[in-house]
Amino acid sequence: MPEKRKTIVEFRAVSYSVGDARILNNLSLQIAQGETLVLLGESGCGKTTTLRLVNRLIDPTAGEVWVENKKTIDWDAIKLRRRTGYVLQEAGLFPHFTVSQNVALVPDLENWDETRKQERVSKMLELVNLPPEKFATRFPHELSGGQRQRVGVARALAADPPLLLLDEPFGALDPITRNNLQKEFASLVRELNKTAIFVTHDLREALLLGTRIALMEKGEIVLLETPEEFAKSAEPRVRAYLETVNL
Amino acid sequence: MNFLEFLKQNWSELLALWREHLFLVLVSTLCAVMIGVPLGILLTRIKSLQTPILGFANIMQTIPSLALFGLLIPIPFIGGIGARTAIIALALYALLPIIRNTVTGILGVDAKVREAAVAMGMTEWQILRQVELPLAAPVILTGIRVAVVIAVGVATIAAAVGAGGLGTYIFRGLRQNDNNLLLAGAASSAILALIADFALGQSEKLFNNTNRVSAHRRKVITMIAAASVAVLLGWSFWGNLNNSASNSANKIVVGSKDFTESVILAEILAQMLEKRELSVERKFELGGNLAHDGLLSNQIDVYPEYTGTAFTAILKHQSLTDPREVYNQTKREYAQKFNLAISPALGFSNDFAILVRGEVARKLNLKTISDAVPLAKNWQAGFGQDFMSRADGYAGFKQAYNFNFVRQPREMDLSLTYRALAAGEVDLIAGNSTDGLIAKLDLFQLLDDKSYFPPYQAVFVARQQNLELLSQTFEKLKDAISTEEMRRLNYEVDGNKRSPKDVASEWLKNKGF
Repeated sequence: MPEKRKTIVEFRAVSYSVGDARILNNLSLQIAQGETLVLLGESGCGKTTTLRLVNRLIDPTAGEVWVENKKTIDWDAIKLRRRTGYVLQEAGLFPHFTVSQNVALVPDLENWDETRKQERVSKMLELVNLPPEKFATRFPHELSGGQRQRVGVARALAADPPLLLLDEPFGALDPITRNNLQKEFASLVRELNKTAIFVTHDLREALLLGTRIALMEKGEIVLLETPEEFAKSAEPRVRAYLETVNL
Repeated sequence: MNFLEFLKQNWSELLALWREHLFLVLVSTLCAVMIGVPLGILLTRIKSLQTPILGFANIMQTIPSLALFGLLIPIPFIGGIGARTAIIALALYALLPIIRNTVTGILGVDAKVREAAVAMGMTEWQILRQVELPLAAPVILTGIRVAVVIAVGVATIAAAVGAGGLGTYIFRGLRQNDNNLLLAGAASSAILALIADFALGQSEKLFNNTNRVSAHRRKVITMIAAASVAVLLGWSFWGNLNNSASNSANKIVVGSKDFTESVILAEILAQMLEKRELSVERKFELGGNLAHDGLLSNQIDVYPEYTGTAFTAILKHQSLTDPREVYNQTKREYAQKFNLAISPALGFSNDFAILVRGEVARKLNLKTISDAVPLAKNWQAGFGQDFMSRADGYAGFKQAYNFNFVRQPREMDLSLTYRALAAGEVDLIAGNSTDGLIAKLDLFQLLDDKSYFPPYQAVFVARQQNLELLSQTFEKLKDAISTEEMRRLNYEVDGNKRSPKDVASEWLKNKGF
């Protein structure tokens, strides 16, 4: 029953333009505690822009974004970002940091003490199935793509943020690795009861991970539904999308 | 003298030159890093500044080094003779590679990594310190490495502005045609460049993040490197401090121009002053009119000069032919204009000397320049750059004697013209009348029967403040050196490769001073 739960993120008539180009048009949206909202669409539809508005990587040109009952423009950007886990494609790990240093990044910025930090890093690495004794001291270039992405997820979770933002995190992986990670991620989010916004262009991924799916096109939400309703929808643009990806 | 013997005899001077050279390179590079790296960082934040600042640094680098030194010398506070000018010029050269590589290094950081850093909630300062600078470090170090290698090379030119360094040997070697000096100076600076290149190359590897180096080891090696730079800097600094320390009131700074005769004369004066228990500092081998500039800016107290040069090049008068008139007028105007004193003439003058081979002169019975005019039609003349370009040089000379060379005179380095004449490659040159090679190579000086060339009587120029201390010695040296004697002294240094110090002290002993 999502309507009973607390709203974590809310978009109120948000637009975003760069010069004359309107990238988001009058977007309104609510995301409740514990939900995984998937933003689905082709490249250029505005899904990544939507994500970046949440942790103030950009600010809206019109309308308001609310996070935890506070407008993002009233949030201190640094504080907001440290409360928001962020996972990007190809991880974006720091190449000069070890796996353990990468995972400890936000706890480090928040000045956790050393023991607490180490415990947390070990716990996170175990959570993403990377045995710490084997991986903690490795550098990113000594890992496979899938392992790097696991570290990326561990880094995002390290400071226990209530909200996770994921920008096509598994997009660059081979199908088998991607499939494994998707399944693990689905159970992880459920287990930790995190709120997540997940950007993808992969319909299967959306159906597997989302509690709700928002199909976006040209800066607008075409349809916002649970996966079951989404697959059944008669909305022509949804059907068109379903056909192009050959489901 | 073979090279090893040369090194054995001169190692302490060579070591001092190494130290001066290191001082110039280290201080200038440190300045350039302290300015260049922050500036480079600024350029990555304010991109509109990139074009003007990189453009400026680019232009600095295209100015030929000697010209840059020359441009800086007259600027107040910055310029003057000595290490300061050289350090500023070297730092300006070093800026471009350091700024450019800082910009390239930081902008080269993977956009995903930067985005992750921002999204994790790092502040701008944390991103710079923990992400951008460490990742850009190898590229920035490459820039510093390039800057240091350039600085080691360009610093050899610094000798021309009195900043010392290994260039002193290179310039002296070129002037005296002495391969030992050249080799010692050039090989030293090459070795220094290679060592710097190697050491910085190693430190680049250390910061290359695909290399597995533990943070602890990296820290230790960085500390060792920083400590050794500090020690080197301290060592070179200490030496420079000692040189210019003890600036007691009674100390006399003796300067000289950058050719053998001037050094010998300065050395003679310096040794005579030292015999009187005065403390003396030597600032020898100053190029161009730097010695004069040094007098005016109180950096030196006295140096040997020629009346003709003072009269034409410094007072900017048309040349006169009467030696006494030139002397008197120079003395009067120096006192009025610069508050500088001219010593009594030393007894010889170093005029332009029109030279032919001795056998030719004997065979054709040539005595004067006019004798040579009708024969010279088919001769090949060879002149130094200086003689070709100055007003009282070739142009006036040709007109005064009505010379008519069919072939254009060959322009070459002055020191080479003697050898070219002796070898028969040219038939007539304009040398210096006191040059030791005249006797050695059996050359004959034609008499200037039309008194075309201005007289270049040797004198000392001194600041009025120290005249009391100096005048006693000046009186002793009055008419003390004949042209033949000066030729011989020059030859002892240029021909027999003896040090000006030994030659001067031997002469003083023989004279009984």
